[in-house]
Amino acid sequence: MTVTHCPYCALQCAMRLTPAPQGGLSVRPVDFPTNRGGLCRKGWTAAELLRSPERLTRPLLRIRRSAPLREVDWETALDHVAARLGELRTESGSDAVGVFGGGGLTNEKAYLLGKFARLALGTSRIDYNGRFCMSSAAAAGTRAFGVDRGLPFPLPDLAGAEVVLLAGANPAATMPPMMGHLASPRLIVADPRRSETAARAEEGGGLHLAPRPGTDAALAMGLLHSARKQGLLDEAYIAERTTGFTAALRQAAAWWPERTEHVTGVAAADIRTAADMLGTACGAYVLTGRGVEQHSTGTATAGWWINLALGLGLPGRRGSGYGTITGQGNGQGGREHGQKADQLPGYRSIGDPRAREHVAKVWGVEPDELPGPGPSAQELLESLGRPEGPRGLVVMGSNPAVSAPDSDRVRERLGATEFLVVSDFVLSETAALADVVLPSLQWAEEEGTLTSLEGRILCRRAVAEPPEGPRSDLRILSELARRLGQSAARFPAEPEAVLSELAAASAGGPADYAGLSPDRLAGGEALYWPLPDSASSTPRLFLDGFHHPDGRARFHSGGLSAPDEAPDAEFPLLATTGRLLNHYQSGAQTRRVPELAEAAPEAEVQVHPDSAHHYGMSEGEWVRVVSRRGRMLARLRLNGGIRRDTVFLPFHYSGEQAANKITNPALDPVSRMPEFKLSAVRLETCASGADPA
Amino acid sequence: MTCAVRHLVVIGNGMVGARFAEEVARRDPDGRRCRVTVVGAEAGGAYNRVLLPGVVAGDYTLDDIRLPEPETPSVRVRTGVAARAIDPRRKTVALDDGTRLNYDRLVLATGARARVPPVAGIADEAGRLAAGVSTLRDIADCRRLMAQARPGGAAAVLGGGVLGLEIARALAGRGVRCTVVEAMPWIMHQEIDEQAAEVLSRRYGEAGVAVCAGQAAARWHPTAGLELDDGRTLAAEALVLTTGVRGSTELADAAGIATDHGVLVDDELASSEPGVYAIGDCAQHPAGGAGLVQPGWEQAAVLADRLTGTGPGACYTGVRPVTRLKAEGIELAAMGRLDTGDPVLTIDDFRAGRYARLSAQGDLVTGAVLLGFPRAAGTLGRLFATGSPLPAEPLALFHESATAAADTGEEEPVCRCNAVSRDRIEAAWRDGARSRTSVAERTRATTGCGECARDVDALLSAWSGGDAASRSQR
Repeated sequence: MTVTHCPYCALQCAMRLTPAPQGGLSVRPVDFPTNRGGLCRKGWTAAELLRSPERLTRPLLRIRRSAPLREVDWETALDHVAARLGELRTESGSDAVGVFGGGGLTNEKAYLLGKFARLALGTSRIDYNGRFCMSSAAAAGTRAFGVDRGLPFPLPDLAGAEVVLLAGANPAATMPPMMGHLASPRLIVADPRRSETAARAEEGGGLHLAPRPGTDAALAMGLLHSARKQGLLDEAYIAERTTGFTAALRQAAAWWPERTEHVTGVAAADIRTAADMLGTACGAYVLTGRGVEQHSTGTATAGWWINLALGLGLPGRRGSGYGTITGQGNGQGGREHGQKADQLPGYRSIGDPRAREHVAKVWGVEPDELPGPGPSAQELLESLGRPEGPRGLVVMGSNPAVSAPDSDRVRERLGATEFLVVSDFVLSETAALADVVLPSLQWAEEEGTLTSLEGRILCRRAVAEPPEGPRSDLRILSELARRLGQSAARFPAEPEAVLSELAAASAGGPADYAGLSPDRLAGGEALYWPLPDSASSTPRLFLDGFHHPDGRARFHSGGLSAPDEAPDAEFPLLATTGRLLNHYQSGAQTRRVPELAEAAPEAEVQVHPDSAHHYGMSEGEWVRVVSRRGRMLARLRLNGGIRRDTVFLPFHYSGEQAANKITNPALDPVSRMPEFKLSAVRLETCASGADPA
Repeated sequence: MTCAVRHLVVIGNGMVGARFAEEVARRDPDGRRCRVTVVGAEAGGAYNRVLLPGVVAGDYTLDDIRLPEPETPSVRVRTGVAARAIDPRRKTVALDDGTRLNYDRLVLATGARARVPPVAGIADEAGRLAAGVSTLRDIADCRRLMAQARPGGAAAVLGGGVLGLEIARALAGRGVRCTVVEAMPWIMHQEIDEQAAEVLSRRYGEAGVAVCAGQAAARWHPTAGLELDDGRTLAAEALVLTTGVRGSTELADAAGIATDHGVLVDDELASSEPGVYAIGDCAQHPAGGAGLVQPGWEQAAVLADRLTGTGPGACYTGVRPVTRLKAEGIELAAMGRLDTGDPVLTIDDFRAGRYARLSAQGDLVTGAVLLGFPRAAGTLGRLFATGSPLPAEPLALFHESATAAADTGEEEPVCRCNAVSRDRIEAAWRDGARSRTSVAERTRATTGCGECARDVDALLSAWSGGDAASRSQR
């Protein structure tokens, strides 16, 4: 069996790896419901990293931060890590060590990492980079529907719709094979930039709405208002399947189209047209992405897009719905199995006594032994090395030195730890700061399950021979746990054993994997959670009811809050960040694939020609993007399709070109999502000769 | 005083008074700093007055336009009770139910009332409107008008400003024959130029509304209609008065608070009387703005910042409002004044019934009128409101279709997702790839988003003289 899934995004395209004539492995796409035989350039070149010369093969260790990292053997590295973690715990209590996970980790790793934190370290301080990704949509989805599954329907369902609205999502660049499902519906794309997806919408007779960053909730309220005015709301559905509509309607009453236009910059006429397209479509979906979610108001904003879907009667019906497009490879599974500060496996709340009891029983401990909820990702990073914060940090599958907001400060906090351990397969920017780096296996070298953007559990196979040296994350956790006094049985290193324990721990929870088995996975069955027993699979949630006790979905009714910062004379523009076709996340992987690095070698800031002209800047020159937090360098690219008040920055680059040097760590009050998508900035011309390329 | 919680009394539960209470509740959700009592003379809760023409048009029900009420125990809304007098020395407000309210700070949000023009037959000596005559300020007016103006009948609207034009369009939508009478030489005289008014009048004519500008009304005959000063009589069963509003300042006047057209306020929204503030249509700020909801809402936010202490330095220095006519099928936006600044451009797209004119000082917009340019209205409105610079080529703003991305001068690949050029596909074809599938295997083209599949088929078909394409489609 050589069919496996791509290491990158949540679409998890199926692929086959075969020996290449010139050595190494070559990738071929495989026909699978989500990618339908497609792959993007990242997928085609995914195998290159397996044999990258930059691959780490031996553990690295340094005794002092000022000393260089030196290769050591595994025993030395693991003994040192366990000893240091143990010392910190003895000296300062169990919260002296924090853990930072990632949405790319397999379900098994996410699960074992959470267990490692809570039992082997006894710390409450564990969170992960998914906090920077899906947390707002997850919080809004849970509030509205009682459970959060990114797409509560199979992806191919989209193809049957007449209209699909994408708010703050750009799949044509970030997950191109998804567009195969969007070829037939007319698209409405809300994005401050005429993104690849927005261009596709316009070419296909759809609409591009370009709201000013930070006004997405106003746009959603304006659409709900217009839909009501145009008689397009589904009154019977609202009465039978929802609660809280009246309060939401009162809020939306203040968002007539012309006022919405004034605030968002989206033409009133386009708002009316969009409402009409959605409300009269035979089959419509509302999908959100990070553009609307990565804000200090992200949960409320996602809530308003859900309100629009609820008002139109879309969720929980065949052929229509609401969904959020998960970003990271295992962004869905990664948020379900206990690496999140407030959660236990099975998407259970760590504050819920029954959840604690259930998980404690599976783990063979008393409920009291489980720590309570810990701080969120940004708060955890911010507290590092401070009197009240952790003295040490274990990082697995994440590169927060590049991916966290206000990254200069995050690097400073990482530097303020007394002990930093990073598991990775290349020397990422975060690993380069560590005291110990543990080289791990890659996606194609080990088994593991992931849960894709549609809530389907997939199996990645060990199809490539690993190089000598690296170890699996599961084995690393198992060996560290043993050195910290845990039994080997409690921390198995084999994925099957972990998966079967995960299934038991999740049983009865919202994300119930109890019915998952290696046989079912091997048989290629389409396994959508919840899977409470060995016969079940749930491709479409909510058809019979929502997951609140009364079976009804809840309208969100909070008023609108302003973004954390507004532009002023000193910082007159709004910067928003996002992904490019050729790179993935912090770029730690894709910047090391020569074909991708060559295609998009440096950070480019997209600026409207009028704005560039106003500031006396021109195409191709290096500029500084300066915010209240920091400054970064980028090459200026003119883009006539972006708003004049907005500039766009990709966040895949490091060093001077790291977009997160300027982003805002202000947090959403509910999801604790930082304000990645809106920073007040100015552009400065670089002094001549400052060309960093 | 052991309790530091301030009692804020708001007189008026209209759009601005209710918004003020909401803004306070957002800043002080637990009522630790303030408690608020809102007094509203109308029986029901707050509603969106701006949308009353939409109710007349049948676009909204009265329930649709209700505004949210703060669900915090520290905010109390008393409806159906009017304030009768203010005693600033004792810091009390007397209500018409005989009770009194003590306040620490008083906020006047009493709004405005319709101005009744001195036209014979419109009102009796006591100011009561004659049969068939209606203003449009509140829900009672709205109900009355809907009863008076029946489909198939005729109505006259006196006053060709924004409200008059909106209500006329709404009535026309209900099947009422409607004439707008404006005494000034052209409609929307304050906001737009004569040429725009001409185009607008023409558009109104197409929508079934006649416009009589430069005509004064002489007398209302309840049975015949509206007699004009040229002796003509417009047949009408209903007459709507939209000849402007005046701030409701009676309470302030009686309390000795300085007023002119409205209660005089400074940048802190404070009146001449310490502890008494005014916002919305009843307030008169040096920067103007009464009569529009946006400045009133800005004022509510500023005053909430100040009185809750969450933004003690907040100031209101005026806004740059954009007027948008809410009339089905007509996209009109007006901002600033065209007679300030230098002319920038005029577009008179006569055949399409579109018109635009723009003036600026340097690169800052000072005034604009846009009729029939819905997308430019959004963009230009933001430029004006935020004081952002005009583009070097302002005409580009009026190009209503999407702007394409800048041409980089490089040849676009056929398959963007995998960066496959036409040359590479041709090379694959020369190597024997005759179907889309085999091209995909060799070059990766078509395997990303799939958009280029048609282009690849077309290339194959062109190179192979037609037979390859049919094979590739299996």
